[in-house]
Amino acid sequence: MSSEEKHKITRREFIRKGMQLSILIGLGSIAGGLITKTISEKTVWQIDTKKCTQCGRCATSCIKKPSAVKCFHAYDMCGYCDLCGGYFKPGTKDLTTAAENQLCPTSALKRKFIEEPFFEYEIDKELCIGCGKCVKGCGAFGNGSLQLQVSQDLCDNCNECSIARDCPSNAFSRVLNSTSYLMLGLRDSNKWKNKL
Amino acid sequence: MFFFFVIISLQAYDVTAKNRFPKPEFESGHVQPETITPAPRAMILEYLDVFVLIVALSLISWLILKKRSRKGVFWMSVFTILYFGFYKQGCVCAVGSVQNVTLALFNESYNIPITALLFFVIPLLYTLFFGRTFCAGVCPLGAIQDIFAFRPMPIKAWLEKVLGIIPFIYLGLAVLYAATGTDFIICRYDPFIGFYRFDATFIMFMLGAIFLLVGVFIARPYCRFLCPYGALLNIVSRFSFKHMTITPANCINCKLCESSCPFGAINMPAPVKEKEKTEVIVKRYILLSVIVPVLVFAGGLIASNFHENLAMVNHKVKLASEVMNNTNFGVKDKEAIEITAFKTSGQTVDQLYSEASAIVKEFYFGSWIFGCFIGLVFGLTLVSLTVFKYHSDYSPDKATCHSCARCMDYCPVLPEKK
Repeated sequence: MSSEEKHKITRREFIRKGMQLSILIGLGSIAGGLITKTISEKTVWQIDTKKCTQCGRCATSCIKKPSAVKCFHAYDMCGYCDLCGGYFKPGTKDLTTAAENQLCPTSALKRKFIEEPFFEYEIDKELCIGCGKCVKGCGAFGNGSLQLQVSQDLCDNCNECSIARDCPSNAFSRVLNSTSYLMLGLRDSNKWKNKL
Repeated sequence: MFFFFVIISLQAYDVTAKNRFPKPEFESGHVQPETITPAPRAMILEYLDVFVLIVALSLISWLILKKRSRKGVFWMSVFTILYFGFYKQGCVCAVGSVQNVTLALFNESYNIPITALLFFVIPLLYTLFFGRTFCAGVCPLGAIQDIFAFRPMPIKAWLEKVLGIIPFIYLGLAVLYAATGTDFIICRYDPFIGFYRFDATFIMFMLGAIFLLVGVFIARPYCRFLCPYGALLNIVSRFSFKHMTITPANCINCKLCESSCPFGAINMPAPVKEKEKTEVIVKRYILLSVIVPVLVFAGGLIASNFHENLAMVNHKVKLASEVMNNTNFGVKDKEAIEITAFKTSGQTVDQLYSEASAIVKEFYFGSWIFGCFIGLVFGLTLVSLTVFKYHSDYSPDKATCHSCARCMDYCPVLPEKK
């Protein structure tokens, strides 16, 4: 009886040891297999602004409130128009900064007089909710210098971007850190200009 | 007038190749501001999370196994809720990292962040060495439920066993959807993340509130009956090198700890079973060796029958089906946004169909594996019910014990003095 019991214990121990070892090997191989991927360059979520249709879901689908998607202004592309399709509601009569004339629901797009007849437009990121109304207006009537993009300082870089899933035009993708920002009209020297 | 429009539109067409309106040259010497494109958060902050995780796991393992302090575990839970919960807003978390690892294994182009990989591996390693100390107070989802477990009631053993299968189904589904690049369902249907972020939708808020309210009486309902990472830890913990014990020395079978466990994870001493007849054992063995493969096959068959329904979650498959059936995403009176976007994307319908059918094919294989896995889980649960486990003392059930250390306070035995 005692020898049998002893034998039993060793069998159980054998299974235990074997499983411990195989779990260790399994974890090790997963970690080892994927470590090369983690070392390679970081990926970030970006909108392909050429595919973007400004459906407005960026404002609502992001897990962050307000959304990490903001409107970015590529000044190099801007025509500095007086009648800005991104700033004014269609059919606005007098081009004033009155709230009822503005397309932006949060007045995040600021208009500043530079010289006759040019006006500069600037986005207040604190106010921007990423709805894309101005982007749509600018794209329809202007140069398309206003573009929606994922602001990397705000983006949590989620595993699976919840906007990407809701995006109807597949404009969201993971891109290598070095290739962002995926926008038109950015100067090379402009990259990674951090506010801080 | 007509020609005028034609000329205008032609001109507009020409200019769009560059810019519709040229960039002005300022006479006033105005300097155009630069577009600010902020850089992502520094990597050092991500490494900090991993560091905090390791420190927290080491600390809680020490608190449970060496200090045997329930109070310590409680304060660790509070810290976890504050740091991993409210400060980190529940992201990155070990529970969701299962999906990152799966996606990285199946998708070549996905570079898994090192934090996600480490958040997957480190808690599993700690569990292999010390039991489920991660569940005790380092998981933000577990910690918030643990605090709410005021009046835990025992639930029937059979119900516990049946509900205990759900995590494996959830795990299988999460892996299936992550592997096909469809969705991360664990993150999407995380009931507590909404609390941590203060932005839950009404349904998710209600779900989280229900879990917490139910959790007052049935401790940690999410951990026990849903958590897919818990399913992995459950398996690993069975083989852990060390595990917490109820008593610091020798169990005296005083029964004081009997009802102390909120999770019903204490093995009671069982009387030695009468020896069964060999015939009965052989019969049962043969029966099981038939039933388990049948269950595995049946599971695969059933799941693969539903592979198209499972695939419908994938947005490309969904789009293809909406286009094919002309259902317009259930939107009436106007064209759905998805359809408009698809039309403007320039992709042909045939391309969409072939892409969608490739995904559906992946789902066919995936659902076979998923179904077989579920069948196997059912089969092994059945096997485990027939296996007699002898216990002479009160001891924690290593698989389901969350190492919360509540039972330790009930033990009257003093630790042996050296």
